[in-house]
Amino acid sequence: MEHLVKDQELTFKDFSTDQDVRWCPGCGDYAILSAMQKALPQIGKEKKDIVFISGIGCSSRFPYYVETYGFHSIHGRAPAIATGVKLANPDLSVWQITGDGDALAIGGNHFVHVLRRNVDINMILFNNEIYGLTKGQFSPTSKTGIQTKSSPQGTVDKAFNPGKLAIGAGATFFARVVDVNPKKMVDIFVEAEKHRGTSLVEILQNCVIFNDKVFSAITDKEGKFDNQLWLEHGKPMIFGKENNKGIRLDGLKLEVVTIGENGITEKDILVHDAYCEDETLHNMLVNMTLPEMPVAFGVIRSVKASTFNDKLWEQISHEKTKAKFSSIDEVVNSGVTWEI
Amino acid sequence: MTKNIEELEEVVIKFAGDSGDGMQLTGSQFSNTTAFIGNDLSTFPDFPAEIRAPQGTVAGVSGFKIQFGSTSVFSPGDEADVLVAMNPAALKANLTSIKDRGTIIIDSDSFKIKDFEKAQFTSNPLEDGTLDGYNLIQAPITSLTKESVSEFDIENKSRTRSKNMFALGVVYWLFNRPLNITENFLDAKFSKQPELAKANKAALKAGYNFAITVELLPSNYTIKPATLPKGKYRSITGNIATAWGLLAAAEATRLKLFLGTYPITPASDILHELSKYKNFDVISFQAEDEIAGICSAIGASFAGNLAVTSTSGPGLALKGEAIGLAMMTELPIVIIDVQRGGPSTGLPTKTEQSDLMQAVYGRNGESPVIVIAASTPSNCFDFAYQAAKLALEHMTPVILLTDGFIANGAEPWKIKSLADMPSIKLNMATKKEGWSPYLRDEKKLARQWAIPGTKELEHRIGGLEKQDVSGNVSYEPENHEKMVTLRADKVKRVANFIPELSVQGASEGDLLIVGWGGTYGSILTAFSELTKEYKNVGFAHFNYINPLPKNTSIVFSKYKTILVCELNSGQFIRLLKGELSQFNYQQYNKVQGLPFSKKELINEFTKYLK
Ligand SMILES: Cc1ncc(C[n+]2csc(CCOP(=O)(O)OP(=O)(O)O)c2C)c(N)n1
Ligand code: SF4
Ligand SMILES: [Mg+2]
Repeated sequence: MEHLVKDQELTFKDFSTDQDVRWCPGCGDYAILSAMQKALPQIGKEKKDIVFISGIGCSSRFPYYVETYGFHSIHGRAPAIATGVKLANPDLSVWQITGDGDALAIGGNHFVHVLRRNVDINMILFNNEIYGLTKGQFSPTSKTGIQTKSSPQGTVDKAFNPGKLAIGAGATFFARVVDVNPKKMVDIFVEAEKHRGTSLVEILQNCVIFNDKVFSAITDKEGKFDNQLWLEHGKPMIFGKENNKGIRLDGLKLEVVTIGENGITEKDILVHDAYCEDETLHNMLVNMTLPEMPVAFGVIRSVKASTFNDKLWEQISHEKTKAKFSSIDEVVNSGVTWEI
Repeated sequence: MTKNIEELEEVVIKFAGDSGDGMQLTGSQFSNTTAFIGNDLSTFPDFPAEIRAPQGTVAGVSGFKIQFGSTSVFSPGDEADVLVAMNPAALKANLTSIKDRGTIIIDSDSFKIKDFEKAQFTSNPLEDGTLDGYNLIQAPITSLTKESVSEFDIENKSRTRSKNMFALGVVYWLFNRPLNITENFLDAKFSKQPELAKANKAALKAGYNFAITVELLPSNYTIKPATLPKGKYRSITGNIATAWGLLAAAEATRLKLFLGTYPITPASDILHELSKYKNFDVISFQAEDEIAGICSAIGASFAGNLAVTSTSGPGLALKGEAIGLAMMTELPIVIIDVQRGGPSTGLPTKTEQSDLMQAVYGRNGESPVIVIAASTPSNCFDFAYQAAKLALEHMTPVILLTDGFIANGAEPWKIKSLADMPSIKLNMATKKEGWSPYLRDEKKLARQWAIPGTKELEHRIGGLEKQDVSGNVSYEPENHEKMVTLRADKVKRVANFIPELSVQGASEGDLLIVGWGGTYGSILTAFSELTKEYKNVGFAHFNYINPLPKNTSIVFSKYKTILVCELNSGQFIRLLKGELSQFNYQQYNKVQGLPFSKKELINEFTKYLK
């Protein structure tokens, strides 16, 4: 009991390890780590019941820096490892840390399947639109035409939109945030943990070395207001420096309108419904891109659905009520046997 | 009523038909009944890779061979005494593997011109002398089956389906077997369709009665019960035994059993079987691919389950990187490879022993793991249990090799109880004092298992090189070399905890016959025959591949020649030459997707004996 009281008072510091953090100075990963260390004391779990699982990449070094159980695994496979951990012990709070290459290139298969199953884990996707650890090749989220070491003439690949892919795979929770917004990050991590099912949080993360300023149009002084739409369930989709821009449904697509112009009032503006099961509008929000539209942030989708781990363990409990055998000795002696 | 009853010592029967003819079921029913009346036996199902290969073609023939007898039977035998051929293709496929003057039972209704042409006979083999010298029994099986089920209210297409039961009835009479085991089976199988149960039983009985009444069969035979050790027996295949061995290990350790896997022939039956036992807290997770299969198991192992992944050759290739991770993080996991014919997709339904190199060496970096091999259908139980024991006690991945031959083959098993199995001592870390993630015990060099949920043992593991003891990431050159050596030593020391190699026959002499894994029965059959004439020969069979049993070199030193027999082009022999180069090795290999035959082995052995 004493322990419990103590654990409830965990702070930021309790979640730091003695290992030197080795990201490049100025890397967005620092802010994410610190937001996570602030969020963890708020989720109501003891350190012993929290597990961080990562793949390979700069981002995937994360578990070494968080004072919980941790597993730095192999490239792309963390969703499968996290699934194993969660199924083995559903009481654990399981966090998967991944990069855009880790999750969407080599690990694409596991990414869609963990979402499809809705295993109750939190997946934090550090999207810097580049391969950081291998020193700067383009990734599946890099914008078309980007010049990198492996695409000196510019890429001809089309990019994945992680949110769209995730919702297509059946995601029940999708949130987006940017690394320069630590407070929102903390809140979203806490929300992600509360959600039962796979919670995908995409963090637009700046890689200062290989893809610096890719998100500057969103994050710089100008863009911060006009290019970010922060969604909150039940609130109208209003944004902009003057707080007078809004999102309206125009036929089958979204458009930006200005309140007070052309007779537009707040009533015309869409109200965000993150809990709506139908994903049509969530998809449209996830798809919004500059320059015509702002980029959507916050919890875009959060719908209730049963989780894979719950259903599996319900099945196990149910099987116990009608079990034919209670031990291996009964199994091996069942069916046709004979004496010699 | 019956005419002569002749007594035989051992018999080989082959049931063959179209893949839709139910030959596997027929064969396994005959095996169950035969086991039940006390004969020793060994079976060999042999089926095409395609679920429904073109009907009536040789490629679509599905077969089931069984050897049974009143003495010990170690293999399904070579040539058949009796062939049951449901169509011309089945006859064609088996013509070269029937004994001289053997009995051939055919369905005369299926020998129309278009039938034998489909099987690429140019003329009717029943009339053109092809079958001269055999005891040919022609029975209009299809039409008699139809007649026998006419009174039942079943679908039209089911009326001829029971012809396999008619054929089984004929063979039951021929070998004096009771019908009740199969009748009970049919009642249970069709408990929801009683008319189908009745129809199948009627066809079975009709076949039996047909055999009594017609004068085609000269006599029937009895095979006295074998003198097996006293006890309670059942029939078991290797895949089922593997699954049950794992269940036993889970019960012994009170750990939850986690199977993370992806379906692949011939390993899927392990998944199917374990999926039935959720009531024992078995988590069977069918993942999106082999990599996710093993990775989910690694996650479950990290979280404290008895973790297993099962696969066959191509799947083992995909799991390589993850096996390296489990080796590096020193987590217990059992990897089962039911070998099949390779390379690539190869011969999925055929047997081979060609994954040995892949199991021992098939990973990046120096990543030693324990490799063991089961050698009979029933001892898959023991070796699956042993794989779990070694993984848990030594904190390392263990690869268990079986193969299509023993995985699908069946034999009588003197039922074991959990009380007969060795205990398994878990290596759990429970408190912080004196614990470090990579601190090792002195004897085994195993680290402790500190699972999430344990207070104060929060720690991080991963695939990057570890600092000795602390387990922190370390790029230090000397530390790396030390860790590589420690990991190798850890596996080498397993030799102190496994049984020594034993020898049958002469404990010294001219020739030591060496085999490993699933060829045990075939080699022993040939060896037993050989030793009736030759005395200067021994036989040593390996179940432990890496590390080798401690006394291997002492055993080898007693013979002039070591003859290594394998169903590959020579993989184990390369490993032996690498480890123990001082001996005079010879090799005998077969890579046809088929087990060794007694004849070819004896032929080979006698070359080395005077
Ligand atoms: C099997 C395998 N293939 C390739 C690599 C090399 N590799 C390591 S990280 C990485 C890409 C990382 O990019 P991302 O996931 O976006 O992470 P970031 O470094 O940007 O955080 C690659 C290709 C590897 N470690 N393992
Ligand atoms: S390379 Fe980029 S992503 Fe990686 S640590 Fe440096 S700044 Fe961060
Ligand atoms: Mg990246």
